[in-house]
Amino acid sequence: MDINLSINGNSHAVQVQEDMPLLWAIRDIVGLTGTKFGCGVSQCGACSVLVDGRLTKSCSVSVLDAVEKEIFTIEGNSENLEFLRQAWTDGNVPQCGYCQSGQLIAATSLLDSIEKPTDKDIDNAMSANICRCGTYTRIKKAIHTAVQLKNQTL
Amino acid sequence: MSSIQKIDRRDFVKLFGLASGGIILGCSVASDSKGFIPIESKKGFHPNLFVHLEENGNVTLIASRSEMGQGIRTSLASAIADELEADWQYVSVVQAIGHEKYGNQNTDGSRSVRTRLEPMRKMGATAKIMLITAAAKKWNVAEVACKAENHFVINKNTNEQIFFGDLVADAAKVAIPKEETVQLKKVEDFKFIGKTLKSVDLKDFTHGTATYGIDVRIPNMKFAAIARSPVTFGSVKSFTKNNAEKVAGVEAIFEMPRLIPPTGKFFGMLGGVAVIANNTWAAFQGKLDLDIEWEKGANENFDSEEFKKILTKRVQKTGKLVPGVRGNVNTAFDTAAKTIEATYHVPFLAHAPMEVPNATAWFQGDKIEVWAPVQDPQTARSELAHFFEVPIENITINVPFLGGGFGRKSKSDFVVEAVAISKKIKAPVQVVWTREDDIQHSFYHATSAQYLKGSIDKEGNLSGWLQRVGFPSIVSSFKPLSDYASGFELNQGFTNNPYAIKNFRLESVKAEANLRIGWMRSVVHIHSAFGINSFVDELAFAAQKDPLQFHLDLLGEDRIIEGKSKFPFNSKRFKNVLTTTAKMANWGEKLPEGHGLGIAIHYSFYSYVATVVEVSVIERKVKIENIWTTIDCGLALNKDNITNQLEGAAIFGMSLALFGKISTKEGAIEQNNFFDYEMTRMKDAPKIHIHIVDAMHEPPTGVGEPGVPVIAPAICNAIFNATGERVRSLPLMDLGMV
Ligand code: FES
Ligand code: FES
Repeated sequence: MDINLSINGNSHAVQVQEDMPLLWAIRDIVGLTGTKFGCGVSQCGACSVLVDGRLTKSCSVSVLDAVEKEIFTIEGNSENLEFLRQAWTDGNVPQCGYCQSGQLIAATSLLDSIEKPTDKDIDNAMSANICRCGTYTRIKKAIHTAVQLKNQTL
Repeated sequence: MSSIQKIDRRDFVKLFGLASGGIILGCSVASDSKGFIPIESKKGFHPNLFVHLEENGNVTLIASRSEMGQGIRTSLASAIADELEADWQYVSVVQAIGHEKYGNQNTDGSRSVRTRLEPMRKMGATAKIMLITAAAKKWNVAEVACKAENHFVINKNTNEQIFFGDLVADAAKVAIPKEETVQLKKVEDFKFIGKTLKSVDLKDFTHGTATYGIDVRIPNMKFAAIARSPVTFGSVKSFTKNNAEKVAGVEAIFEMPRLIPPTGKFFGMLGGVAVIANNTWAAFQGKLDLDIEWEKGANENFDSEEFKKILTKRVQKTGKLVPGVRGNVNTAFDTAAKTIEATYHVPFLAHAPMEVPNATAWFQGDKIEVWAPVQDPQTARSELAHFFEVPIENITINVPFLGGGFGRKSKSDFVVEAVAISKKIKAPVQVVWTREDDIQHSFYHATSAQYLKGSIDKEGNLSGWLQRVGFPSIVSSFKPLSDYASGFELNQGFTNNPYAIKNFRLESVKAEANLRIGWMRSVVHIHSAFGINSFVDELAFAAQKDPLQFHLDLLGEDRIIEGKSKFPFNSKRFKNVLTTTAKMANWGEKLPEGHGLGIAIHYSFYSYVATVVEVSVIERKVKIENIWTTIDCGLALNKDNITNQLEGAAIFGMSLALFGKISTKEGAIEQNNFFDYEMTRMKDAPKIHIHIVDAMHEPPTGVGEPGVPVIAPAICNAIFNATGERVRSLPLMDLGMV
């Protein structure tokens, strides 16, 4: 069927099967490959996106659920994501990098809802995302750094 | 070793499709690979490392290693930049394609930095001399009156300076200086080597713009998923397309035969039923809708629980003697004050890299082009030439980013699948494995059983050591009926046991392979380190000694053992990492109630590692609180990258200790996805403290793997310290301790 997806502020007219998960519509139909496939069953967070600001595992929602909503992916830009990117860079966080799109989106969602998260907040928010390379220590630190960077700038 | 040549620009354009001017240097480095996977012999001069200087000042390294998270590209570039006196912001890296011209690209065995460092430095130094020569000519001064600094050549007398880029055209005409005249910097003068450098790929990693294998898009490409036999090496008896054909987007469904590799090399492919579609999801859905009856074959009754029992029984009885006996263990046991024995187990494990196996291939009759996240593009290339009878020079393998490898992606079965499908459908195709495929059709880390017996003499010293091991051999994947561990496997921790034990005997028992066996990050060291470190801890307890002191005593006097390699074993360096780690962890201080410390040391890939783990145990549930690791890996090329690797190794080791288990029933793998093959997550991640020994005058040794083997035994020793409960069989989850 023909639908419209709004991703990072751009509208995409696409043709999809109605039961297709949002992940594959983003990757294979729209062609934005920054959002990753890791498990397909809501276990790893590699496919994380924001749908109308809500953290969503795109492998596990139908593309139809995202119609007429605003989808935000790692290719997008937001204030919090920018600070997080800077902190990820300062902390040299990624190893293979594959999980980091999902990690950054999950962290963006965290900062969107909690201005100054504690370690505990971070553990809760980020434990749905697996990093097989094991960069957790750095991710945690980078989230704190992003908050600091933000406070310095504002 | 290496010699450096200027590369004809036309050749270079041909090789890389780059068409800009400037200086291109290439050198050829011999690989120290002793792996048993043959790589075509190279005749004559085939440069395999390149550096390209352009008139805009850009310096590009053509990297011959797959990037899979070890930061190799960054590390190697830093070596060139250092000797060249470059400004880091002009430095970048591009990935070479899989072609024998670019040398052995296999990224295994923590070997990259070890073999590439010096040639890289020499290339940088060579280019610097050429730039200086060009500048000296311009100023009409002697070369010694010039120096290079931060991307400029400076006239020491006048302080005039010229930008590197502006010298490139003239420098390109300068003859390559003789190798003997190229002087390398002193360790003290390093600007980049041994310092903290940011990965050259950070921008792409944080914007979702890095192209991994699974992100490759070719015009008109199809997507494919394959249903493979649940029992290893089973085959399709019959199948009906069922509803698969009706899934929107599915375009073709067909059977694929198994491709059996010739003895001694390659990986072949499992075969099954392929579903071709115009998007990944449709292919996955179509696969689920197939109705397949499998011919289960020889492995249909394989039960990993049964196999564990069989191996356990075998290691209790005399096995095949492994050369290297010292003294006589029986005499030691007979005269001992105390003897103890124990049997240890590690289950099968799967790598589960975050990016599933996948490959994009385009078979075009007389040529093949592949885009795939492979750790060893050259073996993949030889393998394709073998199976598809295309001349090897017509096969190109492009290596995009790897979303983790851990050894899984050096087995190119998924590449063979993609080419086989492309050949059949006459179009480019991307084969994508589901996570279930990845967990159920891996080349597994072998399960193992080990029996150890040791004796303590009247003085409380270890007097005898008997170890019997049984695990299916990696060789079985290349040579069926290889039922005993091979020499190279035993040499990963068993035969090269570092302790000064007078009476020592090692035996190996039969262990058949009923799954595909492969190597996984740190390979056999995972079980050797687990058995040895757990047992040393048990011995220390039996001898009523502190485990730290007991390890130190066992390492004995300062000794240097010259092996066949360039890296002699030095017990002093081993003792140093041990005491350093113990100090970091405040070893010996009183701990809170329910907490315990455990220690483990291991020597692998020529690096020395010691780890202390702190656990807390409440109602038999284990929490990992702290991990301290020290590594001595010789010259530390990029410290922050090494730290990152070791932090990751701690998490990897934790995952396998807590959750790692692949099991089979009636030949089929029981695990499916991350919900039953679990990984350490953020909430369980401990505080990790890494220390890198300053050993800048020693040659660089492995960093990607050596941090893994110590973790599981250190955790289990800490549990014993906290509770008195001894864990001899992994994972902890099976014991209800997670
Ligand atoms: S791919 Fe969606 S959670 Fe793993
Ligand atoms: S950086 Fe590799 S999986 Fe997270």
